[in-house]
Amino acid sequence: MAYSKDQLLARLKDLQIEFSQYEHPAVMTVEAQAKYVGNIGGGLSKNLFLKDKKHRFYIVSALADTKVDMKVLSQRLGLGKGGLRMAPEETMLEILKVPLGSVTPFALVNESARDVALLLDKGFKAQERCFFHPLSNDMSISLNTNDLDKFLKSIGRDPAYVDLEANPAVGKDQPPDLAAFVPSGSTVLPDLPDPASAVQSAGGSHVNANNNCKAATEKAIKPAKDVQNVKDKSAKAVNPSSSFTDAEKFVEEILDRISAKLLSEKLFMQTKEGNIAQQGQELGNEIANRLRKCCYPELKNLATIFKNTAYTQGFHAGKASSLTQCPRT
Amino acid sequence: MDKNEEKQREEEREQVVSPWEVSSSGKIDYDKLIDKFGCQRLDQSLVDRVQRLTGRPPHVFLRRGVFFAHRDLNDILDAYEKGEKFYLYTGRGPSSEALHLGHLVPFMFTNRYLQDAFKVPLVIQLTDDEKCMWKNLSVEESQRLARENAKDIIACGFDVTKTFIFSDFDYVGGAFYKNMVKVAKCVTYNKVVGIFGFTGEDHIGKVSFPPVQAVPSFPSSFPHLFSGKDHLRCLIPCAIDQDPYFRMTRDVAPRIGYHKPALIESSFFPALQGETGKMSASDPNSAIYVTDSAKAIKNKINKYAFSGGQESVELHRKLGANLEVDIPVKYLSFFLEDDAELEHIKKEYGAGGMLTGEVKQRLAKVLTELVERHQVARAAVTDEMVDAFMAVRPLPNMFD
Repeated sequence: MAYSKDQLLARLKDLQIEFSQYEHPAVMTVEAQAKYVGNIGGGLSKNLFLKDKKHRFYIVSALADTKVDMKVLSQRLGLGKGGLRMAPEETMLEILKVPLGSVTPFALVNESARDVALLLDKGFKAQERCFFHPLSNDMSISLNTNDLDKFLKSIGRDPAYVDLEANPAVGKDQPPDLAAFVPSGSTVLPDLPDPASAVQSAGGSHVNANNNCKAATEKAIKPAKDVQNVKDKSAKAVNPSSSFTDAEKFVEEILDRISAKLLSEKLFMQTKEGNIAQQGQELGNEIANRLRKCCYPELKNLATIFKNTAYTQGFHAGKASSLTQCPRT
Repeated sequence: MDKNEEKQREEEREQVVSPWEVSSSGKIDYDKLIDKFGCQRLDQSLVDRVQRLTGRPPHVFLRRGVFFAHRDLNDILDAYEKGEKFYLYTGRGPSSEALHLGHLVPFMFTNRYLQDAFKVPLVIQLTDDEKCMWKNLSVEESQRLARENAKDIIACGFDVTKTFIFSDFDYVGGAFYKNMVKVAKCVTYNKVVGIFGFTGEDHIGKVSFPPVQAVPSFPSSFPHLFSGKDHLRCLIPCAIDQDPYFRMTRDVAPRIGYHKPALIESSFFPALQGETGKMSASDPNSAIYVTDSAKAIKNKINKYAFSGGQESVELHRKLGANLEVDIPVKYLSFFLEDDAELEHIKKEYGAGGMLTGEVKQRLAKVLTELVERHQVARAAVTDEMVDAFMAVRPLPNMFD
């Protein structure tokens, strides 16, 4: 559910964050914004929503005067030259839940923006107050960076201010200094459907291929979540995909893969080519052998994951049980 | 005198291989490397012997000469024949989060082949301290990277009942540290400078690091796993640039009463842009990453994989492709399991019958399958699983 401007303002009040709000006609640029709030003391911010080639997203929030060089930033993040682009408008709506012209650090209040990295200009610290849009560009709010930090901490973010104009050398012995800002965790999300569709085209049942994709997607979200919210240990108790904890689902997964391979064109074509004369038993043997050969590595991998998952659960159960047994005398 | 000196310096300038730098003005000359380091070629007779002993077909990497050099592999096999087991030791320096296919090579070999074929346990060292020192990362960052890398390593399919993963920051101490001191006492400052090229400007952390990478070769470093088995042998699968560490270790081992570890060494994984290109973490197009989507893989191969094909179709049909420099074929030789198919592709492509596009397409399919399998496995690795792999616990079934 996307946060609205009013919900955000209410939340700020709840957190006892002191801010001043100024309504004005919708503004798409800092220059336009300056016309309305430029004379009130405080630093105006420009907010960029960027993405890298691995579909990770970044909000770069800087003072209007700070020079932001995308090439330099890209290198400092360890993305190579030209690794950063402006993110397309659809992603702004999808991930930040704000329209064009309203990018703001406050958008991180949305769950969907959980994996978006935030880079704040250290120049903000030198200002008494700074202006940001409260999720809508028909209003600007000004607040002190300490209060901004308070808000960010309340949504589980660690506020970090960076010298955005710095241009340190990046090379073999000087690792990218902003590499820690790059969102971690599997970010395979947007493109995961591709590998799954490869399975689908192999002829496997549609429903089950989707489950496979979904299971993998679920898992893809959870590790990312773990890395961001380092606080609550209990929040880290992630449930592994049920294909690997439930024997029935595991067997179904295996049978799905086998049927997919069996029905796949290639298997039959290879078999047909040499064996038009063969029939019945011989053909059956031939197919069985080929199936074995091509399924073995994949299935072994799945079985090992199943085993590892079971062991992990047992291991933690063992640890917990020995702890609860302590009070006995 | 002068002429010889000049020639030697010229040769040395041409090719640099050390744990921290791999570069060459042309292709890496592996024969020269073997001579320089003093290890042995892994020839066909040895591969055949391994096949006889294990009763399975040798791994793709052995068949294609990816793992091409060794030290004392014969001794390990002799002992194995007599019923004496050994354990495996390999490692990773977690300097970046993004793992590419080249990084996976030693792990794929260790897991899908060595561990399975010989039924032996494995210890995996994550040298977070090394990266903290060499790459100037913070302690927390290097520890975090170590855990993230551990997930990708686990996703290669390691069995938790036979594998112990540890990070230096977590594990150094106790018996491990005692061995480190024993090793350190046997290596003079001058020696370590000679082997690793340290200078007066290098900080003391670097100078005292080599024992950390040496002692996992000794079973007494892992009392929770191998207590009472002080004479268990160790086999180390690694890339050949790690040889200096283990030359030092092998030198020291007999002096402190331990077996010398044996090594099985691999060549380097070429960058997409070709042998002379360097695979670097800052250039995402120099390699295929395990997080790449099918689309990205296809794109990278089509756009960046250095082709040995001719400039035009007509020329190509006439002259065929230059297999020596062609990257798609090289990558296929790493990852295409079917020997017959690879031979066919090499023949046809080399003669000009097959076009670069077709080869690239085949490669894209092979790599996508591999990466997809990895991603599914990776998605199933939880923090709890990492904890389990890294817990200091006995492995009662490790030789089963």
